[in-house]
Amino acid sequence: MSAAAKPLVADKRARMLVTPEGIVLPIMLASRGSRAGALILDVIIIFTSAIAFLLALIWIAGGMLEGTALDPSGAPQGAKEFLQILLVLVLFCGWYGYFLVQELGPRGATLGKRITGIRIAARGGGRLTAEAVIARNLLRDIEIFYPLIALLVVLVQSQNGEDVGLLGWAMTGWFALFLLFPFFNRDALRAGDIIAGTWVVERPRAKLPEVLSTQGAAAVRGASEVTGARYSFGEAELAVYGEKELQTLERMLRDAEPAALATVHATICRKLGWEPGAGDERAFLEAFYAQLRAKLEGDMRFGKRKADKFS
Amino acid sequence: MKAPSISSWFGRGEIAAPPDIESAALRSDRFRIEREGDWRRLEDIVKRMESGGLRRIADEDLIALPTLYRTAASSLAVARETSLDAATLAYLEGLVQRAWFQVYGPRQGFSRWLRDFLLGGWSRAVREIWLDICIALFVMVAGAIVGWLLVAQDEAWYYRLVPGGLADTRVPGASREDLLATLATEESAAGLSSFAAQLFSNNSGVCILAFALGFAFGIPSLMLMVHNMAMLGALLWLFAGQGLLTEVSAWLSVHGTTELFGILLSGAAGLHIGRAMAFPGTRPVLAAASEAGRRGAVVMVGVVIMMIVAAILEAFPRQLVEGTGNRFVIGGAMLIFWLSYFFFYRPRRALENEG
Repeated sequence: MSAAAKPLVADKRARMLVTPEGIVLPIMLASRGSRAGALILDVIIIFTSAIAFLLALIWIAGGMLEGTALDPSGAPQGAKEFLQILLVLVLFCGWYGYFLVQELGPRGATLGKRITGIRIAARGGGRLTAEAVIARNLLRDIEIFYPLIALLVVLVQSQNGEDVGLLGWAMTGWFALFLLFPFFNRDALRAGDIIAGTWVVERPRAKLPEVLSTQGAAAVRGASEVTGARYSFGEAELAVYGEKELQTLERMLRDAEPAALATVHATICRKLGWEPGAGDERAFLEAFYAQLRAKLEGDMRFGKRKADKFS
Repeated sequence: MKAPSISSWFGRGEIAAPPDIESAALRSDRFRIEREGDWRRLEDIVKRMESGGLRRIADEDLIALPTLYRTAASSLAVARETSLDAATLAYLEGLVQRAWFQVYGPRQGFSRWLRDFLLGGWSRAVREIWLDICIALFVMVAGAIVGWLLVAQDEAWYYRLVPGGLADTRVPGASREDLLATLATEESAAGLSSFAAQLFSNNSGVCILAFALGFAFGIPSLMLMVHNMAMLGALLWLFAGQGLLTEVSAWLSVHGTTELFGILLSGAAGLHIGRAMAFPGTRPVLAAASEAGRRGAVVMVGVVIMMIVAAILEAFPRQLVEGTGNRFVIGGAMLIFWLSYFFFYRPRRALENEG
């Protein structure tokens, strides 16, 4: 594939994925920031719902105490125990199930990942399996939560005057090791990704845009709506620009403000040696775009590609 | 530029009719207009699959999905060689990628996976790491012996190995009656079920730790196992000193056969990963690690289930069933059950799971 087909900006996060059909698909690895953001969102969601659940249980337990003149020993034993078991089991299942069930679903993403627009995928284009999702989620515990909790415990102990020695530093080192892990490999993998054979990628969300060559002056018999003029460009004038400029112009035609179009119009006119007029920039650019693209695509069919204006 | 219509904000809007094909000046745009309908249909199916699983999709759409996916993929291949419309190319790349995630995504949901797991997947994974199980077993036995010998030489080791909270009256120098009392049963089942839930949460946490630590070439997993087993060895020494070795073994065996087996498996799974990373053979390290990691994960889900069983056994039968013989029967039955489930239960692998 020639240079023109590569993305305009060589991005360090861009990877190529080959589907079983042999189609090369560009994918974008998720940035470390969005992954951290997703994790923080997920933890907030889990903690908020855990606290809500706890409050609900306390409320129910309060209801149990009411009939017993607020004497805890008078509360029904069985019901109290049931609530305790419920709490332990729900916390355990919530903690592991939250990540597992959502990442196994068709979106391959937890709520936090969906909000930040990322999802997990099998590294190298394979099939994402349930085992992989389980492995990457089990590892998350030792990467972040065990060292954090252990660190808190050690801090509390040293506050109380106990001698903890180097344990605090060891825990900090452990935490830092796994936290910085994604910064020391090319694909931003965390330890769980390595074990599971997964990576985290950005979710594509391009919408199908309008067809440009059916609109305005770009269409077959298109003419300017303002002046009625039909622009046509000669071979030499169309040879000035290449594919890179064409696609920049396409982006401008799709999204840019009229003021920006006027600047582009003036630049192109000067390059072609024309006298830039005013008031009919859009029609001029549409016609130029359509004819330039027709020429470049025609050349392309004969295997001739022109990457940009310098080539 | 058309303003986005309100209907496009709410779920499925009308699929906009493509513009008249004759009005397109460019051959590549005519190519696009001809195929646009298929692309949009694929996008619609994929969007519904992403949001609601397979149930909300009509059969004909589901049958059409692979064909539509291949159409879009071949459109992309053609468009790359004939079209310079960057926005359309970006759309097609995104569409093919999204459809690829659905067509080649996880083939089974959680419940389906769980069924396959219980009916063969679990025991197969356990058999696959047999070598690591042997190593872990050796380490655990060695750990228990070391614990025994250390305490036998110097009683001070006992206090280092056994945390104070666990062993209240169980300290060196305790009388035979005190020790026997700790093996006695509770009068009623009250309070035992929450005890079981706590045990389960705690024990499975330890097991997940043992597995996850295998990441550091398995050495921390082994150390964790040695430490746990040294504690057990010390406890055995203490009871043996008063001639209670059989009694304490029976007491431990009720849940211990399940719990220690679970710890054994989780340590072996961690070791499996560590071994694969240290000695990847001819494969790349990353490939070896992920293969071992996925196998280990299957074993670990099983370990969590074993911990549930162990916690129930620990809280109820151990505290309620009296008599050395009865306790040995329960523990032995569990051990035989696990061994036969792992090593003799070999259902034929379902065809669809292969490859």
